[in-house]
Amino acid sequence: MNKYKSFRLFGGFISYLLDKKAINVFAVLLLLLLALFLLSASAGQMFISPLQVAKALLGAGNELETMVITSFRLPRIVVAMMVGMALAVAGGILQGIIRNPLASPDIIGLTGGASFAVVSFLALFSDKNNSLTVSIGWLPLAAFAGAAITAFIVYSFAWKNGAAPTRLVLIGIGISALMQAGTTMMMILGPIYRASQANIWITGSVNGAKWTDVYILVPLVLIIMSIAFALGRNLNVQELGEDIALGMGTKVEKQRLFLLVIATALTGGAVAFGGGIGFVGLMAPHMARRLVGSDFGALLPVAALIGAVLVLVADLIGRTLFAPLEIPAGVFTASIGAPYFIYLLYKTRNT
Amino acid sequence: MLLKTVSQKTLGFSFLLVFLFFIMCASVVYGYTDTSWSTAKEAFTNFNGSNEHIILQSVRLPRSLIAACVGASLAVAGVLMQTLTKNPLASPGTFGINAGAGLSVVAAATLFSVGSLQAYTWLSFLGAAVAAIGVYCAGSFGREGLTPMKLTLAGAAIAALFSSLTQGLLVIDETALEQVLFWLAGSVQGRKLETLAGILPYLVIGWIISLLLASRLNLLSMGDDVAKSLGLRVGAIKIIAALCVILLAGGAVAIAGPVGFIGIVIPHVTRAAVGIDHRWVMPYSALLGAILLVAADILARYVIMPQEIPVGVMTAIIGTPFFIYIARKGFNAK
Repeated sequence: MNKYKSFRLFGGFISYLLDKKAINVFAVLLLLLLALFLLSASAGQMFISPLQVAKALLGAGNELETMVITSFRLPRIVVAMMVGMALAVAGGILQGIIRNPLASPDIIGLTGGASFAVVSFLALFSDKNNSLTVSIGWLPLAAFAGAAITAFIVYSFAWKNGAAPTRLVLIGIGISALMQAGTTMMMILGPIYRASQANIWITGSVNGAKWTDVYILVPLVLIIMSIAFALGRNLNVQELGEDIALGMGTKVEKQRLFLLVIATALTGGAVAFGGGIGFVGLMAPHMARRLVGSDFGALLPVAALIGAVLVLVADLIGRTLFAPLEIPAGVFTASIGAPYFIYLLYKTRNT
Repeated sequence: MLLKTVSQKTLGFSFLLVFLFFIMCASVVYGYTDTSWSTAKEAFTNFNGSNEHIILQSVRLPRSLIAACVGASLAVAGVLMQTLTKNPLASPGTFGINAGAGLSVVAAATLFSVGSLQAYTWLSFLGAAVAAIGVYCAGSFGREGLTPMKLTLAGAAIAALFSSLTQGLLVIDETALEQVLFWLAGSVQGRKLETLAGILPYLVIGWIISLLLASRLNLLSMGDDVAKSLGLRVGAIKIIAALCVILLAGGAVAIAGPVGFIGIVIPHVTRAAVGIDHRWVMPYSALLGAILLVAADILARYVIMPQEIPVGVMTAIIGTPFFIYIARKGFNAK
């Protein structure tokens, strides 16, 4: 029996080889995500049973519960899932381009750049009374711009007859240290009230997500993510290495740049709404690879689901475990992510 | 190599020594409170209790001394780490050692409300040691051992973990944020001479051992196998050098917070000036590191007067272009 199912659109412009196993994995993860979704919507200061949650979502629950769920919990959950997906896909893409399993948006400085932009925004646009002089709605745009500018800087500094992956990582690390210094400086210059606000944001939290956020984030992530999925085969070629990719007739540099833009856009979007939730972009693609192998056509969608699960769980733990204290989701993702990273270093010893 | 003969090197060394003295004096004289060289001289020869004199004696002088000691320690730690790991990008900052020391101090301050400086010092050493061992183990897994790339990535990951945990702690405890924020950026401002006195012994031990290790490090930099066949006890030397790094970096962080990039910039500058003989590299690095940090500290006072930029931000601004330059130049080993 054939293990794969081929799938072509637009005369082969988009072409997939679907692994049947991947479809099963995808379905299981989808169910897991759904279960977590219900659990996350029911847990909190006011416990609502999952059954009631389902009822409320379908418009048959009681008024108070519906209100709590739709206006407080739902936007937060949706944002958490989107942020997780975006980071995971961005991480998957970066790992493909850089051909290093340890690359991720936080390590090459995209998150750092976005953080710097956000803190600068908070510090520069607040007046003496600690109130912002411009609408907070511009904040995501600032984060996005920060990530994009950083990506541009990193990319152009890494350029030397092409942007070699190793240089990309090292320069990313350097730039992210600079961004961190800048962030600290802005926090010190701005009023202390803003500093603590910025600090929560930098650590990464989806606390206080609103429906307006959802309306911006969901289309953004979904559209860019589908482009990324369609580019899966380019990534497969990229991962073979510069020489082989060139030999296969790929425009390596051009594709690399385009993929980098996609990864930046996803990171920018995620960081804009969720802050610096670290290590998701690193972990999710790896877990996905273990589950479905390294074909990016299957890997990216699976990674996206895993990313959503990770951030959702981190957020759930963060707001329930130490209630009424809220621990930013980023603390949890980092505490799982860093040991995982070290495990990966250990694992890759034979490569 | 800029300075070739021994006499040139000696001359250069004494010139730098004089220059360090000069710039430390400048650091005492210049700042927000307007003072002149003659007032500064009077403050130490003929103290009259005026505001200026008090500032000069109890604020500026400690600051200048601390900047010099911290700069020298970080630079020497950088040299040790780069030789030890054969990685041109190694430094206490990039490898998360500063972040580890930072985390343990913040954790103590927020969770256990530890406030004494003595405790900070030990915690800072502890954090530095944990981070150093962690990075070293993480980066040395595997057949090819510590490739520069691996070690740098391991360092970046560990630094990310520590800073994320630090931030998490600060989110929980907002009052602590206010206290430690300036410290976290790296700063030599507002420390007392007693602070320095408590830590100076560790730093001095670190400097002396580093100097004594210099000729052995020369052997070590030829590769472990060569060093071993020349009769060097490689393992023991490496452990001593690593302990030195922990003493120097941990001590520096305990006083000044995580000041980055000195440990990476200075060793390269030094090697360009005096070559790769560690017997020269060590003392030169110490001097240049001290000069750089004192100078950066003076600059940090003037950029956005009347406020101050933490000196750690200043060194990052100076250091990043340099880091990028080295990264672009590439290393021989993969």
